[in-house]
Amino acid sequence: MRHIISILIENESGALSRVAGLFSARGYNIESLSVAPTEDPSLSRMTLVTTGNDNEVEQITKQLNKLVDVVKLVDLSGGEHIEREMMLIKVRAEKAMRDEMKSLSEIFRGKIIDVTENSYVIEMTGDSAKLDAFINAIADEHIVEVVRTGVSGIARGNKALTL
Amino acid sequence: MELSGAEIVVQSLKDEGVEFVFGYPGGAVLHIYDAIFRQEDVRHVLVRHEQGATHAADGYSRSSGKPGVVLVTSGPGATNAVTGIATAHMDSIPMVIITGQVISPLIGTDAFQEVDTIGITRPCVKHNFLVKRVEDLAETMRKAFHIATSGRPGPVVVDIPKDITDPSVKIPYEYPKSIKMRSYSPVDKGHLGQIKKAVRMITEAKRPIVYSGGGTVLNDASAELTDLVRTLGLPVTQTLMGLGAFPATDKQNLGMLGMHGTYEANMAMHESDVLIAVGARFDDRVTGKIAQFCPQAKIIHIDIDPSSISKNVRVDVPIVGSVKSVLSDMLKVIHESGARPDPENLENWWERIEAWRGLHCLHYEQDGELIKPQYAVEVMNRVTHGDAFVTSDVGQHQMFAAQFYQFDKPRRWINSGGLGTMGFGLPSAMGVQFAHPDSMVACVTGEASILMCIQELATCKQYDLPIKILLLNNGYMGMVRQWQEMFYEGRYSHSYVDALPDFVELAESFGHVGMRVTDPGQLEDAMQEMFDRKNDLVFMDVAVDPEVNVYPMIEAGKGHHEMHLSPTRKSRGAA
Ligand SMILES: Cc1ncc(C[n+]2csc(CCOP(=O)(O)OP(=O)(O)O)c2C)c(N)n1
Ligand SMILES: [Mg+2]
Repeated sequence: MRHIISILIENESGALSRVAGLFSARGYNIESLSVAPTEDPSLSRMTLVTTGNDNEVEQITKQLNKLVDVVKLVDLSGGEHIEREMMLIKVRAEKAMRDEMKSLSEIFRGKIIDVTENSYVIEMTGDSAKLDAFINAIADEHIVEVVRTGVSGIARGNKALTL
Repeated sequence: MELSGAEIVVQSLKDEGVEFVFGYPGGAVLHIYDAIFRQEDVRHVLVRHEQGATHAADGYSRSSGKPGVVLVTSGPGATNAVTGIATAHMDSIPMVIITGQVISPLIGTDAFQEVDTIGITRPCVKHNFLVKRVEDLAETMRKAFHIATSGRPGPVVVDIPKDITDPSVKIPYEYPKSIKMRSYSPVDKGHLGQIKKAVRMITEAKRPIVYSGGGTVLNDASAELTDLVRTLGLPVTQTLMGLGAFPATDKQNLGMLGMHGTYEANMAMHESDVLIAVGARFDDRVTGKIAQFCPQAKIIHIDIDPSSISKNVRVDVPIVGSVKSVLSDMLKVIHESGARPDPENLENWWERIEAWRGLHCLHYEQDGELIKPQYAVEVMNRVTHGDAFVTSDVGQHQMFAAQFYQFDKPRRWINSGGLGTMGFGLPSAMGVQFAHPDSMVACVTGEASILMCIQELATCKQYDLPIKILLLNNGYMGMVRQWQEMFYEGRYSHSYVDALPDFVELAESFGHVGMRVTDPGQLEDAMQEMFDRKNDLVFMDVAVDPEVNVYPMIEAGKGHHEMHLSPTRKSRGAA
């Protein structure tokens, strides 16, 4: 099963490599990892998407907690949550395809943010499945480049991952 | 007080109560060495190879319970230390390793003797620090000791660029009294509800067994374990790392379990209905095939490290907490409730265990003209009255020492269980001797292993360390040969140890006493003479039967009930 683990970690140099190193050393899957500072500059927030059965994910969260730099973490998949990912995608948009690309992008609530004679750059946010769906809706030969940020997640309601 | 970075390093060691630093100098740590020169409280021990420094600090720590401290230079100094750091990490030994680093502006430029020490050591430390400002140094040292010694202990590396230790830059020094880290706060007390549940499960068990590991030794919980086991009348087995936490000579002790464990211990594990795992981590050398591990047992697991619990084997009653505190809480519950396992059930259980024990799985015959390695360890046990600190290297001799030396006290058996590091024995014995200058310290080793850190004989000379080296010389990498005999149809690929030095002359050339024994009839007297030489390092080269194997043996990936037993054991029951 797919799990979204949200981590508060000391904003120290090397903290990211401790997490990445843990995953490679123990052979855990890592689908995406995004990290940036929080409102408290001494803390970073990391969102990590991984897959595994319950035992594996239990081990993953325990091993993450064991890292001295990790302050707190939560497996968002355990409750109601929101996940978002942003994608910048450059597509070929020539002649007849220009309108088609534009309307397809609108259906997915994308924004065209750069235009040339033969290409668009579309900005799109959503959960990972939506971005996948958009990519699948475009024929491969029309895709020039895909850049995704990886997932960020947050719990719904009053629950929060804070100090 | 105004101090330079170099002085802060040394002063913080004093403030931590550090007696010994095991180290080796080099460019990046010269300021620190100069600060060491100008004081007398912290003693520096000069080893002959950085691996030796780490093992010595490790042996010091294992035998004393105090953290071991290492000081090495950047680049090759740090890389040489890595094996010892990994050894300590696998066995959860508290150590602080100070590594020099090139000056900060040169970091990342492939400067002379630069390596990414933080990157290299990250996977084999509990934590590591790169010190970026001299103002952070004292606090970092405090944190390093705090992390190394608390929770599940382990090695911590502090990497210090040379400019941070600049003697011309002095700053006010104050050593933090206590340290609080929001990201690190290990628990001590176990959950009382879980403890009560465990006690109920144990007292209702028909075939309970205690399986105790290195955590019991490290947490100094031997008294609590002994109390629990005796109060409830339980059988107890220990891992290689756990020997000594319960007296070896006690009837309730079934000895070691696992790959080379006793028949009675492994069979009792296999047949048990409640398993009480104490400070043990279900290592593959202990469990054998997981699918066949303790098939009938409900499992209680007491451990300080939550990630150890249900990692390899699913546990029914997890208790996270320090072994010492959880066991004493358990004892309280037991004394209050007065609950005990049903005596009749226990009696039946002990009857079965005694039948297994009756197989005498460790039996061997000291016949013929060759000394059996088991006999050599037994003789050492007799001569020292089981009262020595014993270190070992890795191989058959290690298993024979574990099986035949009777460890009645914790912290007496010092070996690299997790990483299995050849070369560990001699330098770790140095650390033990520094911690216990008046005690007998013996190193049981093999002719292949001893050569891996043989240079430390010079350190032993310099510091007058009267270690007794018992070399069980079988001319083979015996453990490798055993596997090749059993699993490769006797194709002994590169396991014959050729071109050996004359160990007697070798020892003498380092200024020590060398002895050689080949005759079984002379071994006991020779051993006595060795231990009578209280002030000398004695290197005893014992020619042992080259083709003895370690039994019992469970092949990797087999179940506890599938042991190979020695062809020479007394009674031949079905195994
Ligand atoms: C550094 C290192 N390299 C290789 C091994 C693999 N190994 C395990 S036991 C062994 C043989 C040890 O031979 P010896 O020291 O003579 O001990 P014996 O088994 O003969 O008692 C080897 C090579 C190891 N454990 N450590
Ligand atoms: Mg050998």
